[in-house]
Amino acid sequence: MWVYQKMLEYPARVRTCNPRLAKAVITQYGGPDGELGASLRYLTQRYTMPIPEAKAALTDIGTEELAHLEIVATLVYNLIKDASINDIIRAGMDTYYADHDKALYFVNASGVPWVAAYIQSKGDPITDITEDMAAEQKARSTYEYLMQLSDDPDVTDTLRFLWQREIVHFQRFGEVLNLLEDHYSHQRVFEMRGWDPTAR
Amino acid sequence: MDRKQMDRLRHLMELEFVAIELNLFLDTHPYDRRALQDFRAVSQELMMAKSAYEAEYGPLLNFGLGGTSSSPSWEWINDPWPWEINWRRG
Repeated sequence: MWVYQKMLEYPARVRTCNPRLAKAVITQYGGPDGELGASLRYLTQRYTMPIPEAKAALTDIGTEELAHLEIVATLVYNLIKDASINDIIRAGMDTYYADHDKALYFVNASGVPWVAAYIQSKGDPITDITEDMAAEQKARSTYEYLMQLSDDPDVTDTLRFLWQREIVHFQRFGEVLNLLEDHYSHQRVFEMRGWDPTAR
Repeated sequence: MDRKQMDRLRHLMELEFVAIELNLFLDTHPYDRRALQDFRAVSQELMMAKSAYEAEYGPLLNFGLGGTSSSPSWEWINDPWPWEINWRRG
């Protein structure tokens, strides 16, 4: 079960009001390679993993992604909370504001809402972990693009923490993949050589 | 949130992060004795620091897992919530 700890994983910080930057950063909240997709993907894949290391890693990394979701939300919330209506309009956030005011919603940088098609839970453990490794790389790349776009050193610092975590997660999933391959390479089928069931 | 509380919370966050990192490592290296030792050490330090923080400032966890204090009120709901904390510099 889940329990909430009233403390961010990292001190997410914003220096100035910046709805333009918020519009980009929100993609890691509800976009294709963001933290919502990551957490749901891992937390739903874990049910059908065949080895305990995989169940633990998916549970724990999935949980950490929820903590990252909270950090991204904190960035967006603080980037827009003091914005005037003019700031919002100038930043091109008026279309978002019309539907959500300054509330957090799951969209990408263009306002496209989150969709379950962003994730897969294919059942085949090798397939699932390979997808997870790709997901971590996509997230890493996205944080790099966001750091390029950021003109706020405090936001950049927080994005860098999240970027580092994606790299670590990629490493962990690589280890799970190796463990799965070991698991499948162990002989569990005991053949009866020469047995012919049709012989009388 | 005053500077003193912020510093103490910051310290907790650092300890918690080390625990999380070791936790993930141990998930794929369950027989690594050194990592297990390190995890146990940081866990211990984290639990003590968390207990001390909660006794003074109220619970950090809900559903019965948080520390209890002598406060006559339900402190869990108190502000600030994590996304409202302004981590002031210097």
